[in-house]
Amino acid sequence: MEWGNVILQGVLVGGLYALFATGLSLIFGVMRLVNIAHGDLIVLAAYVALVCITQTSLNPLLAIFIVAPLMALAGYFLQRLVFNRTLGPDLLPPLLVSFGLSVIIQNGLLQVFSADSRKLSAGAIETATVQVVDGLSIGVLPLLMFATAVAIIAALQFMFYSMPLGRALRATSDDPEVARLMGYDNKHLFGIAMAISLAVVAVAGIFLAVRSNFDPALGPSRLIYGFEAVIIGGLGNLWGTLAGGVILGVAQAIGAKIDPGWQLLAGHLVFLAVLAFRPEGLFPKVDG
Amino acid sequence: MADETLLEIENLNAFYGTFQALFGLALSVRAGETLTVIGANSAGKSTLMKSIIGLVQTRGAAIRFRSENIVALETQAIVRKGIALVPEGRRLFRSLSVEENLQAGGQMQRKGPWSLAGIYGLFPVLQERRRQPATSLSGGQQQMVAIGRALMTNPDLLLIDELSLGLAPIVIKDIYAALPRVTAQGTSAIIVEQDTTQALAVADRVYCLRGGRVTLEGTPSSLSRDAISSAYFGV
Repeated sequence: MEWGNVILQGVLVGGLYALFATGLSLIFGVMRLVNIAHGDLIVLAAYVALVCITQTSLNPLLAIFIVAPLMALAGYFLQRLVFNRTLGPDLLPPLLVSFGLSVIIQNGLLQVFSADSRKLSAGAIETATVQVVDGLSIGVLPLLMFATAVAIIAALQFMFYSMPLGRALRATSDDPEVARLMGYDNKHLFGIAMAISLAVVAVAGIFLAVRSNFDPALGPSRLIYGFEAVIIGGLGNLWGTLAGGVILGVAQAIGAKIDPGWQLLAGHLVFLAVLAFRPEGLFPKVDG
Repeated sequence: MADETLLEIENLNAFYGTFQALFGLALSVRAGETLTVIGANSAGKSTLMKSIIGLVQTRGAAIRFRSENIVALETQAIVRKGIALVPEGRRLFRSLSVEENLQAGGQMQRKGPWSLAGIYGLFPVLQERRRQPATSLSGGQQQMVAIGRALMTNPDLLLIDELSLGLAPIVIKDIYAALPRVTAQGTSAIIVEQDTTQALAVADRVYCLRGGRVTLEGTPSSLSRDAISSAYFGV
């Protein structure tokens, strides 16, 4: 039962990793933009939540409903004012700009909030557990995290494949020039995609901040978890991204169980193995 | 009504970087008219299409659509004014089904005669395949989707770039047979072709392009085969 517990915890943490990865995957899928600042935006969202909570003394989990719209709005304008100017046939300019944004966010947070680590307190829910069977109980918070990840991915999947907005995003992703021939305004659509991405980032940031300590330098490692989940799961497949997050989470949990120092290493090794033996990911998108 | 000028182009110079593809080109389309533009490879036909719809840089040109200069507008704004382009090579959205491709064309909800039902009436084979990925269709059926997708924007002027290129002769006949039903709705059309026979049969007027300039213009009946081939090949 001890191992069952370890694996279950890994699965649930995988939900958080999937949340890290979803926004990243979405942006890459729609506009071929590798957003290096993604991890820092997650941390930024955590700090926005921190400010919001100290001002209103809201529960962090409820603050999601304020922070997510704020981040979405910021995402729309970030795309319209910055990233849209860099997109083109060359993948490098947007990559470099996002790298610059990453540096700016990290140092901006350091300046305003100092390097002290912070944590958001969600109250009693943090320690609440449900007993599954004798000797195996799961935390309510990790369960909520996982359920949220599943719900968000299901909603995005529905949006992409059953709504006009999703059709527009897929069309623009396939051929931006022909999308304009349909009357689509690509710049606006890219703005919407970034808004959705940062709304998911806000949710991920708040869960991150409730689950553990955070500080301004935490972004890049979250970016790596997100990347690894996307690559393990296969590009362009959101359910695959969830699976990728779960595999990463389980690998880390097993590594940590063997030796606490192996937690991160085990995750990276699984990622490397996938990259070496199935570079297209475990669940690649099947085209046409 | 028939004499009303729908599109008027003056002094069109188009460039790819420093390379000039069109030289002071002039052209006009009357409402309800079907025009064909013929010419060999690299005569500037596709560039002309892309210039009208705003996908190519132009210099000094006036392109008036219903007397309004649209030269400075972005492509999506021009499309909203009522011009649609069926691009060379069809370029269907590959992750979308046949029906979704058509719906993408209809997303502006511009008023006009065309709807999904209308497109399926025009090309019945598409209805049977509407759930299939668009790129799983044959070349001819893909061209039908591409034309249907453009019609779904309910254009007043339909541009078709290289209608028959790479298609089987029997399919080309089918598509040309459907064209009069499109123009019967009052839609004007400019059809770009390398193959002149089919193109001349549906055209009210013909333009021949060579080296980025108009070398011949007239009604098909007024143009002799010799005049056309000399304008086409420059011999």
